[in-house]
Amino acid sequence: MCATCGCGENESANHDHSHDHPHDHNPYRTHPHQPRSPLSTHTHDETKRVSLEQDILAKNAGFAAANRHLFLELGVFVLNLVSSPGSGKTSLLSRTVQILRDEFPVAVISGDQQTANDAERIKAAGVPALQINTGKGCHLDAHGIGHALERLPLPKGGVLFIENVGNLVCPADFDLGEAAKVVILSVTEGEDKPLKYPNMFAAAKLMLLNKTDLLPHVDFDVAQCLDNARRVNHELDILQLSARTGEGLEAWLNWVRQGRHAALAAQIDQLETELAAARAHLIHGGGTIRRSVI
Amino acid sequence: MHEFSLCESILETITTQAHQQGFRRIRRVWLEIGALANVELEALRFAFAVVREKTVAAQAELDIITLQGRAWCLDCTQSVEINQLFDPCPLCGGYQWRLTGGNELRIKEMEVD
Repeated sequence: MCATCGCGENESANHDHSHDHPHDHNPYRTHPHQPRSPLSTHTHDETKRVSLEQDILAKNAGFAAANRHLFLELGVFVLNLVSSPGSGKTSLLSRTVQILRDEFPVAVISGDQQTANDAERIKAAGVPALQINTGKGCHLDAHGIGHALERLPLPKGGVLFIENVGNLVCPADFDLGEAAKVVILSVTEGEDKPLKYPNMFAAAKLMLLNKTDLLPHVDFDVAQCLDNARRVNHELDILQLSARTGEGLEAWLNWVRQGRHAALAAQIDQLETELAAARAHLIHGGGTIRRSVI
Repeated sequence: MHEFSLCESILETITTQAHQQGFRRIRRVWLEIGALANVELEALRFAFAVVREKTVAAQAELDIITLQGRAWCLDCTQSVEINQLFDPCPLCGGYQWRLTGGNELRIKEMEVD
């Protein structure tokens, strides 16, 4: 069982071996020999209603809060990059980290259903990268990120980019503990994507319109696209760029640099609060420091 | 299909409660889902029917209560109904609003014996 979050019971069912008898691996199955909970000292025969009032995503929210606390403590600015497949996320990231790695520590977590291709491309750009394969899963979740951080050292005082699974639907719901979701849309897609997938554009803080070098060759109405995006989210920051030519890249890099500054400022605030609390303990909780004399 | 992930969370919550409190069977579960939440209800029902198998919730019916989308219009300074995330304010036609309801994903209660 995992020591940090207690997971592992379900994973233990994910083994692979042959059988001469049929059975399933439903982790929620009740075994006839399963030890009873210490609280279950009696059973109820009558039908009754039990109020729960619990958020379905509460467990993910708990893991996300733990990740966010860790990022705050270490002064790491974390971005969750989301888009359709093929929007140019990995190309943009490769180019981004090649520049930023000379300014501060940078690391990347890449999520895909299969292959380690994306992490390999990032590593080739000279930055630590870890691939998470979600198998049949359509999104990364906060629990998986927590475990990824056991294998990928956090870039203290720097930036962690999390490249989510290419999917404009499911990742919108799963907080990973990031400072912001960045949604990437390319001009080879439709300008109505913000309306077709509004939850993602509503959840994002920044939209990057990528592949602008292709605008002369495609039938894409930029003004209409930006208008659609702002209808869904009037507070959305929008930048236009081409990861291939580098046009517009500097504005995006500055946005990341500013975010990193804010993360460092938050870390300093946190440390100063802790320092003040420690000093208060010394003054109010025992007075002077005594030196033991032998 | 993150509806499967959502259903696994629902099932974990309700079966844990049932075991802790010594209930033998979960007969019905009420969910409150916002009309603007990022969920396909048919996919959610299908996924629940799959994940509930061979658990104390194997027979559990799913009752989904849909909650209306609501927003606070910054220009009108009042609460309005919103039916899509790209809807304009029904009063002023603007988009300067903040969502205040309609994206809930909540397990409300369950019926057990």
